[in-house]
Amino acid sequence: MELTAILYAIPWDQILIQTVNGIVTGMILALIASGLTLIFGIMDVVNFAHGELFMLGAYVGVVVLATTGNFWLALLIATLVVALLGAAIQIATLRPLLGRDPLTTILATFGVSLILQNYALWQFGPVARKIQEPISGRFTLFYLEYPWYRLMIAGLSAAIIGGFWLFLKYGKYGIWIRATTQDRVMAQAMGIPVPLVHTAAFAIGAGMAAASGVLFGPLVGVNHTMGLDWVLKAFIVVVVGGMGNLGGSIAAAIFISLLEAYASIWVSPAQAVIVSFVVLILTLLFRPTGLFVPTPK
Amino acid sequence: MNAAANDAPLIAVDDLHTYYGKSHILHGVTLHVRPGEVVGLLGRNGVGKSTTLKTIMGLVHPTEGSVQLGGNPITGMPPHKLARLGIGYVPEDRRIFRLLTVMENLRTGLDRQGVTEEKKRSLLDKVFAYFPVLAERRNQAGGTLSGGEQQMLAIARAMMLEPRIILLDEPTEGLMPRMVSQIRNIVDVLHQENVAILLVEQNVPLTLEASERVYIMEKGVVRHHAAARDLKVNDAVIHQYLGV
Repeated sequence: MELTAILYAIPWDQILIQTVNGIVTGMILALIASGLTLIFGIMDVVNFAHGELFMLGAYVGVVVLATTGNFWLALLIATLVVALLGAAIQIATLRPLLGRDPLTTILATFGVSLILQNYALWQFGPVARKIQEPISGRFTLFYLEYPWYRLMIAGLSAAIIGGFWLFLKYGKYGIWIRATTQDRVMAQAMGIPVPLVHTAAFAIGAGMAAASGVLFGPLVGVNHTMGLDWVLKAFIVVVVGGMGNLGGSIAAAIFISLLEAYASIWVSPAQAVIVSFVVLILTLLFRPTGLFVPTPK
Repeated sequence: MNAAANDAPLIAVDDLHTYYGKSHILHGVTLHVRPGEVVGLLGRNGVGKSTTLKTIMGLVHPTEGSVQLGGNPITGMPPHKLARLGIGYVPEDRRIFRLLTVMENLRTGLDRQGVTEEKKRSLLDKVFAYFPVLAERRNQAGGTLSGGEQQMLAIARAMMLEPRIILLDEPTEGLMPRMVSQIRNIVDVLHQENVAILLVEQNVPLTLEASERVYIMEKGVVRHHAAARDLKVNDAVIHQYLGV
């Protein structure tokens, strides 16, 4: 009897709904964090402008969508434009600072983030813009009309991350990126053009941030500060997942998003954010190399 | 080897001065290696042997002096260009890409422009014939190999570049005798293939046996230069500079 009472007391419907929610936000977060952890892993650069690349991606999406009316074209063009912008930013600000004190690159990317944010404010104004989702269907999930689009975001993010993983694993340039991440000096000595690999990695990370911006745009308004919340969470994910560890970041993104989603069954979503920080602090205290990192041999 | 035909040096290092921060490491190193020639570079720890190799490879920038490859100046060129020009580098600590598999380690040198699939296959077949253990472990992470296997992988990886010269930094350090003789064999094989080698070693007998000429360094300069056959392990010169 006791057990049945407990089972009835658990809000199974809410838990299932929050599982779906957690996976959806987790995949978006994983997409942002993948770029961040890639850039950190290969260049030792903590990219404080990552949230702004996400935001600019969403804005480019808004503009392309307004002119062409095609969401997929908007996604593609935003990714490419922001990837190119990322390459330009890397060449102009980070390449000259390679190997210097990490503080210099932190300041540089922070400066870039301020410039991009204020550019967006100046160009697009303070009023949030809207990206129309490409599919508007809904399905019934218990008492909710759940939008298909949210599931599509999760699927697309997973597809982009999966494609990126395959590229890293099997592609010639993927191997270059992994070799450079592990040993920059030896990679050079093997004929790998390391400065170019750095620029390409930054561009890929920027493009992934932009893609997540466009994908996430329909769920919230697009405005010049939308990157801030996400980049903070992405930083937490990158640290919890083990700095520079791609698989760890993806696992951490889903883990933290699920925890937050479950927490918001009982507390308000604003308070649920605390869960992320608790996980972050516990990770730093007890396993500072990251939760999802195999113990090094 | 047909020394007369190949008298022009492949690598010519002239009056090289290198600093690490404020400490002056190389005080004017001058040496050369002819095509296909094995040249030993001996000296005590900390006399600048490894730094000489790093400077040739472009990993450390000299403040003075020059390096030429086949008569063309290469001083200050980035390492990845030097690798493409045919300088292979096998560092002292091997620097295997630990998380990459053996095959991926080899691919870092193989995936160059202008290398056909056929060529890739023949290069791989060749190193797998010399180092069968690498073929067995091709899908294993580099970091899981033993020290000797890692040394083989480091050499095999440099061979993927089809180098004209390999800078070989203490390849036998810390290896078991059986491995040492295997490394010794591969030096001979490379020599037969007309790959020049600049060999930095602490192992004097091995160096004298494998090399045609030997340079002896002390305190950042070359103090002595001789044909290897003119030196004996118990030579006074060796004793003076190496204390063996």
